[in-house]
This record gives sequence, C-alpha cells and structure tokens, in this order.
Amino acid sequence: MSNDPVAAGAGRRSFGQDGTLPRFALIGVALAAVAATFAYFGGWFTPNALTPTRFTDGFEHVNGVHSGFRRNHAKGVGVSGFFESNGNGVRLSKALVFRPGRVPVIGRVSLGGGQPFAADTPAAVRGLGLQFSLPDGQLWRTAMIHLPVFPFSTPEAFYEQMFASQPDASTGTPDPAKMAAFLARHPETVRALAVIKGQPVSSGFNNSTFHGLNAFRFISSAGDSIPVRWLLTPMQPFEAASASAAHDKNYLFDSLIAQIHRQPLRWRLIVIVGRPGDPTHDATIAWPEEREHVDVGTLTLDRVESDDTSAATDLNFDPLVLPAGIAPSDDPLLSARSAVYSQSFTRRAGETKLPSAITPLAVRKGQ
Amino acid sequence: MTMSTQRLRFTAFSRLLHWTMAAMVLTMLCIGVAMVASLANYHALVSIHRPLGIAILILVVVRFVNRLLNPPPPPPATMSRAERLAATASEFTMYGLMFALPLVGWGMLSAAHYPIVLYGSLHLPAILPHNAALHAALRKGHTILAYFLFMMFIAHFGAILFHTLIVRDGFFNRMAPWTLRSRRAAGDRG
Repeated sequence: MSNDPVAAGAGRRSFGQDGTLPRFALIGVALAAVAATFAYFGGWFTPNALTPTRFTDGFEHVNGVHSGFRRNHAKGVGVSGFFESNGNGVRLSKALVFRPGRVPVIGRVSLGGGQPFAADTPAAVRGLGLQFSLPDGQLWRTAMIHLPVFPFSTPEAFYEQMFASQPDASTGTPDPAKMAAFLARHPETVRALAVIKGQPVSSGFNNSTFHGLNAFRFISSAGDSIPVRWLLTPMQPFEAASASAAHDKNYLFDSLIAQIHRQPLRWRLIVIVGRPGDPTHDATIAWPEEREHVDVGTLTLDRVESDDTSAATDLNFDPLVLPAGIAPSDDPLLSARSAVYSQSFTRRAGETKLPSAITPLAVRKGQ
Repeated sequence: MTMSTQRLRFTAFSRLLHWTMAAMVLTMLCIGVAMVASLANYHALVSIHRPLGIAILILVVVRFVNRLLNPPPPPPATMSRAERLAATASEFTMYGLMFALPLVGWGMLSAAHYPIVLYGSLHLPAILPHNAALHAALRKGHTILAYFLFMMFIAHFGAILFHTLIVRDGFFNRMAPWTLRSRRAAGDRG
C-alpha cells in the first residue's frame, strides 16, 4: 500500500475489485463493535438491572406522577436558619463547617412517601434535608430521617419493598403475603424494624431526632480518615406522640409552623465516631451505644416557608454533595441515593409545579 | 523538517492533541452513558465526569486556536470537493460539540445549584442562575448533544476506515501517532 497520496490520487479505485467486499465487512464489524461497546456501558445488554431511571419509574408507578413534586418526600415545607459550630469537630474533619462560627442553612422538613397531599400521621417517616453554605462557596447537603436505622441495606431491597408494600388495587391495603415474603428474604429489615419500633415516637417535627443514617468518612487536616455517622438531637423537650387523638390532615406541619413562629427551633449536631470494624456499608445496623458522641454545634431553624415559595424546593438534597473533609463511605445506598435523587430532581424540574399541601397562606396563618 | 513532509502530516502538537482528546472524549462518552444507568457507580463516575469535562473544554479551546494557526495538510487527491467540504464541516461540528457539551454540563449544574466540584475543595463558580426549568432543558440538551457527538465519532471513524481500507489513499497517515515508514519520513529523520 502506498503512502503517497499522489500515486493514490492517480485515479479512484474501483470498489468492485477483489478483496473490497471483506474490507467493507471489516469496516462494518469495527463500527458495530464501537456501537456495541457504547451500548454495553449504557446498560443496553442488561435490561433487568436496577437503574436510576427504573428506580424513579418505580416511585411513579407506586405513587403516580404529581407534576413538579419530589418523587419521594413529596410533602414538605422549606425552612432556614443557621448552624453555629463550637469547634469540637475540627479535630475530626477539616471541613470548614466545623470551624467555630456560623454558616447559613436552608432546608426542608418533609414526610416520607411520594404523595404530596398525604395526611400527617404519627407513623409517617419524618425527613429533614439541609444545606450548609460554607464560607468559601462549598456546600454540604444531608438528607436525614427520624428513624434510628434505615430498614434496607441495599437499593434493590428498598425497591423491592416499595412494590411489596404498595396498596393492592382491589383491597386498598398492602398484600400482607407480599410483605411477609419480602421480610422472609430480608432478615436485616426485620432486625431494623425491631430497633425502629423500640424507639418512642415524638409528638412533632420539633422534638424529633433526625439521623443521617448512612455512614460517612471524616478526613482530618492531617489526612486521617475515620468512619462517622451524624444525628440531630432536638433541644425542644420530648413529648410522646398521642396515638389516640384525632389528627388534622396537616397537624405535623401546622404545629411546626406555629412553633417556629413562636421561637426558633434548635438541634444539636452530634457526630458518632466509629471504630475500625464498625460496619459502614449497612445502614440497617446501628453502631454500639458506647461509641464516642461529639457535639459539634447547634442548628437553629427560625424561618418556615411554603414549598411554593421556598428556595429549598428547587434544591436536591443529594447526600453526596459534600465539602472537602467529608467523604462517602462504602455504603451502597449513598451512590444510589445520589443517582435516584438526581433523576427525580431533573424530572420534576422540567414539570409545572402544582400548589403544595402547605400553602403560603397556611404558613402565614401560623404566625 | 522539509516543506513537503510538513504538508503531508499534521504537526506533532496537533497529533498529540487529537489522540489525547480522542481518548478523553471516548472515555467521557462511555462514562456518561454508564453513570446515568448505574446506581452503584454513579457517584464515582460523576466525580470523574466533571473534571474530565472541564479538561476537554480547556483542550478544545487550545485545539481550536492551534487549528487556526496550523492548518491541516492538504487532503488526498482522491477526495472530491464535496467530500473535502463534508470533512471540514464535520471537523468543525466536532469542535463545536466538544466545546458545547462541557459548557452545557457546567451550565446545567449551575442552574440546579449543584456545586461544580473538580476535586476536593476545588470548585468552579456557577455560570447560570439557579433555575429548575433551565436545568431540565439543559440536562436534556446535554444528552442530545452527547449522542450527536457519538454519531459524529462513528461517522469520523467510518470515514477513516473507508479511506484506509477501501480507497487506500494513506489518509490516516496524516494523523498517525507514529512515525511514517516512508522514505520521505526516513530521510527527514536523517
């Protein structure tokens, strides 16, 4: 073969000549191989794998599509305030948020589940998403719930349970056989549910303890990496939820609004310092009680706003939005949460948001 | 280097840019399509996707300036006027896509008020205001542009194979990363 374009340019080759057809075939194979590689990475050959798209479709299948609302924790209100660090976290993590001082916080108080107009109940999962804005522009987001452990250790189990606990179309209640079958396959969920049932339920959002659930890693300025978990313990006194009292549809949110209008609500941010060997990959297992608890500062929430007007509505409380000094652990839920939250956010961001259950009027009336 | 050799091949810097970026862009396309389909590896892949995208954005600017300063060697005589035009058009379309894709990615993260983290505490400023609808539109655009770039790559790869295996006009040698074995190139080394 000549490398000289002048020789080659003497005339176009006739494509019909011997050996051309196999060469065309070779080109076809090469291009198909490139396309197949791309398709392989895109998961085209594993259509049954659980992807962020399928996971989010699952939420929509179970709850329906509510235009503009989060696919999970659909009902909520925006809150804001600040975090005052006492400096105790500095030895654990180099994250700027732990240096003594104040950083602004915006967040969202929510109920678990994809129904934006669900009635508040004592049994509903209470959520708190927070964004800490660090002085240099870095962000720390965390999405916490009031359960001491998470009932599922893998995204697959969460997804499976979502369908197992879905109300049956004919009876309106979940099929107990499906849930029993799920629990038989997931002893870790049975154990976690026992821990959850052992914790008394408080009367409202204001006196709920919120848990970060997943383990993370703190990186110190010396470069040491330690496993941690965090939780917010309320400075409002505990009061048990009354199971008997008839509750208004929005009683949890209405009381929160009234309480914040009366006086700012406060929580202590507690970091649980893990030991080598403590499981970081399994959110269903709590660490031993005797692990060191470090009070790193106080969260104050002094403003509440309807989802219809709050800046928190357009935030994705992706638990992997982390500043330098905080890193993910090996918990498989973390990457999955990040992926599915992102998918949910992009979907609702492109939709027209309908008015929320807790309207701006309801928030003003609480004053 | 003699004039005739210079005209037959892209400069060493142009070839270095081409092959470096080819590897980066192909990696990027595979990471992109893999991360949106993965729960387990989503975070790890996104953490590579962002800085790699910004690196491509910087390199494509360098490459475009280099392209204007160092025009390519003349195409082989086997190519008709229309083919040359198509080749040039596709080249500039690919520059445009390699420029637009990271910029749209940066913009869509800005519009979602996501931090644009490169590594550790090193992050870029937002280039667009926080606007959810804008995020959704740009996110869609990012996917469409990425598939378009992949199609352009397939066409580009197919055209090179066609020239190399069917027309056999030595078109590939203009961009070959290795040294030519031809006498002219051998003489050049001497």
